[in-house]
Amino acid sequence: MLVDYPGPWTPLLGRLDAHQIPLQNPILFWTFVLVSLGAATVLGAVTYYRSWGYLWREWLTSLDHKRIGVMYCLLGVVMLFRGFIDGVMMRTQQVMAVGPKSPGYLGAVHGYLPPYHFGQIYSAHGTIMILFAITPILVGIMNIIVPLQIGARDMAYPYLNAVSFWLTAAATGLVMISLFIGDFSHAGWVGLSPLTELAYSPGVGVDYWSWAVQIGSVGTTLASINIIATIIKMRAPGMSWTKMPIFCWTALSTSVVGLSSFPVFTAAVALLSLDRYAGTHFFTPGLGGNLMLYTDLFWIWGHPEVYYVVLPAFGILSEIIPTFSEKPLFGYITMAAASIAIGGVSWSVWLHHFFTMGAGPGVNAFFSIASMLVGIPTGVKVFNWAFTLYRGRVRFDVPMLWALAALVLLLTGGLTGMMLAMPAINYTVHNSVFVVAHFHNMLNVVGFACFGAINYWFPKVFGFKLDERTGKLAFWFFSAGTVVLFGSMYALGFMGMPRRIDYIPFTSWRPLLIGEEVGIFLFLIASYYMVKQLFVSIRDRAKNRVTTSDAWGTSRSLEWLAHSPVPFYNFAVQPHVNARDEWAWRREHGLGHVRPDHYEDIHLPNNTPLPLMLGACAFALGFGLVWRMYWLALVSLIGIVIIVIARSFQDDPGHTLPGAQIRQMEAVYPDIPREAGATGGMLGGVVARHALAAPRSRARDD
Amino acid sequence: MSQEAYVDPATAVLWDQSHTEHDMIATRTLGFWLYLLSDAMIVSSLFASYLVLDHRVNAAAGPTAGDVVHPMAAFWGTVLLFSAILAYGAAMVGLKRGNRTAVLVGLGGAFLLGGGFLLAEGYDFAQLALHGMVPERSGYLSAFYALVLYHGAHLVFGVLWIAVMMAQVARQGFTPNVVYRLLNLKLFWFFQGFIWIYVFSFVYLAGALHVH
Repeated sequence: MLVDYPGPWTPLLGRLDAHQIPLQNPILFWTFVLVSLGAATVLGAVTYYRSWGYLWREWLTSLDHKRIGVMYCLLGVVMLFRGFIDGVMMRTQQVMAVGPKSPGYLGAVHGYLPPYHFGQIYSAHGTIMILFAITPILVGIMNIIVPLQIGARDMAYPYLNAVSFWLTAAATGLVMISLFIGDFSHAGWVGLSPLTELAYSPGVGVDYWSWAVQIGSVGTTLASINIIATIIKMRAPGMSWTKMPIFCWTALSTSVVGLSSFPVFTAAVALLSLDRYAGTHFFTPGLGGNLMLYTDLFWIWGHPEVYYVVLPAFGILSEIIPTFSEKPLFGYITMAAASIAIGGVSWSVWLHHFFTMGAGPGVNAFFSIASMLVGIPTGVKVFNWAFTLYRGRVRFDVPMLWALAALVLLLTGGLTGMMLAMPAINYTVHNSVFVVAHFHNMLNVVGFACFGAINYWFPKVFGFKLDERTGKLAFWFFSAGTVVLFGSMYALGFMGMPRRIDYIPFTSWRPLLIGEEVGIFLFLIASYYMVKQLFVSIRDRAKNRVTTSDAWGTSRSLEWLAHSPVPFYNFAVQPHVNARDEWAWRREHGLGHVRPDHYEDIHLPNNTPLPLMLGACAFALGFGLVWRMYWLALVSLIGIVIIVIARSFQDDPGHTLPGAQIRQMEAVYPDIPREAGATGGMLGGVVARHALAAPRSRARDD
Repeated sequence: MSQEAYVDPATAVLWDQSHTEHDMIATRTLGFWLYLLSDAMIVSSLFASYLVLDHRVNAAAGPTAGDVVHPMAAFWGTVLLFSAILAYGAAMVGLKRGNRTAVLVGLGGAFLLGGGFLLAEGYDFAQLALHGMVPERSGYLSAFYALVLYHGAHLVFGVLWIAVMMAQVARQGFTPNVVYRLLNLKLFWFFQGFIWIYVFSFVYLAGALHVH
């Protein structure tokens, strides 16, 4: 059953031998040295401060949705940096390798990267940015914010949540280790067929890519299941569907998209793996394979995936903009409907990624019109945000700056998307950097929203705000970099520059390539300020500490009712929701400081190392398959089955947090009133009459 | 917005202390339905691949559907599979009555009949392989094996899961955790029968009738 492939193989190590560690390549060698030093520093620091126990108890084995969300975000930010460095390397190669007279270094004829290495870098850049940077950051933000916004104590399945995270981490580990053992795919993040077939890519690069994305997409599918079930089942009493914050609507829509599209991706890449391991002929050019089948299956996932990342970004904008406009969101119902509509339309547009592949005018016309339809719900959203800003008291805090810039980017990205949706235009710019500029423009909308979200919700999670000055510097340098880099790239696209080239034959493109390099340099400065922002904020955390639950003073949804930082039990008593913007409603009616008068016991799940072990097994499974160490793959698979069965026998009794202890813990928060509000006649709740006697901070203005 | 029902802040309930526990079993079952949806997407992709590759060109001058499949070859497997589902249904009747022995007998029947299906399928594939009809032969055969074996792999895990549940029912009785797992396994087991209906229709029947 198993296919023959070139090169030696031993039962113990499979295809792996010492030559696979690329010590002869100076770039990889020094990267390896730097990464090893960094890892040694981190591990040394953890050991020196004796933090292993803390790390194990509070993070690695935690089932707390906020901890898992923070780990997701951390993983995503680290990978965002890795993908960014890949981008820097590509831009530098292209600016160096212009024209036949350009010199070559490090074994390259032009520039410093040979074509095969360049191919690996752009493949890694795409795969990492989409699947291992943006997706984990967004899943992390949804993980933290969705349960808080719906007034829940945790996700519907806390254990599954940890499993999803560790599967994502295992997949990320596979991508990272491909730097130092073997190589990565050179066939693009889309896995260009049949280049990914064994005959044309006999190395382990494509295997690293395929197993990493398969494990990662299982993790994302499980995360989607969790978020959908959480939103359906865990909403606080009183929160009807039309009282749910828009971010939750977008999280729901995006998770439905993720749940239904990621399995298709898994299937497509699994069939490719069958071709590479079992010698089948799904996507081979000979013996009855069909190349377009892969392309179709890939983009049936690939396009919904684009909306998978953009919908939560829209949700983030819908939370940030009302807060800093000091107004409720305009057009709530249309906003929720638009979120669901975008998720639905995302399923009927995939063919616009290959209009030029000869599907015929009827098919192209259908997908062209469907693609343009996306503009309608998106337009509804943009107008709603604009009307929210209209006559609002707009404040330009750091999150708002990111959000407003994201709106501008959405406009340019959306309009170039309309251009690409027309097959006639698409034929002329297909496979040019115009397309690359368009989707970087759109993914920057997501990136800007993520940076906004991190600045916006940071005080909720950690209890202190991020530094304002460095944050603004980071924002302005990042925005300038975006304009310079992708402005140049749009222009180069119009001039006909193809994507994915390591050598530029026309010297007339050099000025714009230098423009792109300047843009990436501005990004470098921005990332310096981002790191500095984090450093300064942690150093000055006492100064930036948030003393109330509502860090921005004008926020609206339920997460701002919980303390800052959020205690591990989220809400001491589950809130009863009365209004669409519950926190704004309470604050504006002078109920913001009303605390429950007595505390019930809370039941919480126990920590468990099993998700971490499942992640480790998944990593070993992927690594064993990549190197065809079949014994390792088999052992890890059996390990996974045993862990799953063992967990089902070990019913987690959880632990109970007594009400008295919660009262004590609640007392440390400064915004707790001296005397609790009086209970009234209503069944099961604290009645607000007593609190209303106190002077109101704000008058009702609706 | 104005459509919202007005809540008088003076009497509004702010905290919920009504001790409503989330219905654990319903929550777990919902999640399992969502998992089945994601699995259905994989099966749909495999069906799409099969229907695309079920063509003379993709048979690469090798065997086509008419040569590979015969409804009778899958007939006894089908009988065994649906009997296994019936047996699981009997176990669910036992669960409703709280009868541990009935549940164990039903599960045991499903285990044996499901295992019988796997044996029948294995025999069928061994026959095909003996005639040189292996997945490596052509795109059509690749798609055929991938689709049918994906269903078979599910049954392997289903049979394993049934064995685990028999142990749990015998050891722990009907605790909420055991009950929700039995209900989820029911969904899983019935879902395999549901998919088999499509496999039998689109692969075995359509193949034998040369409807493509």
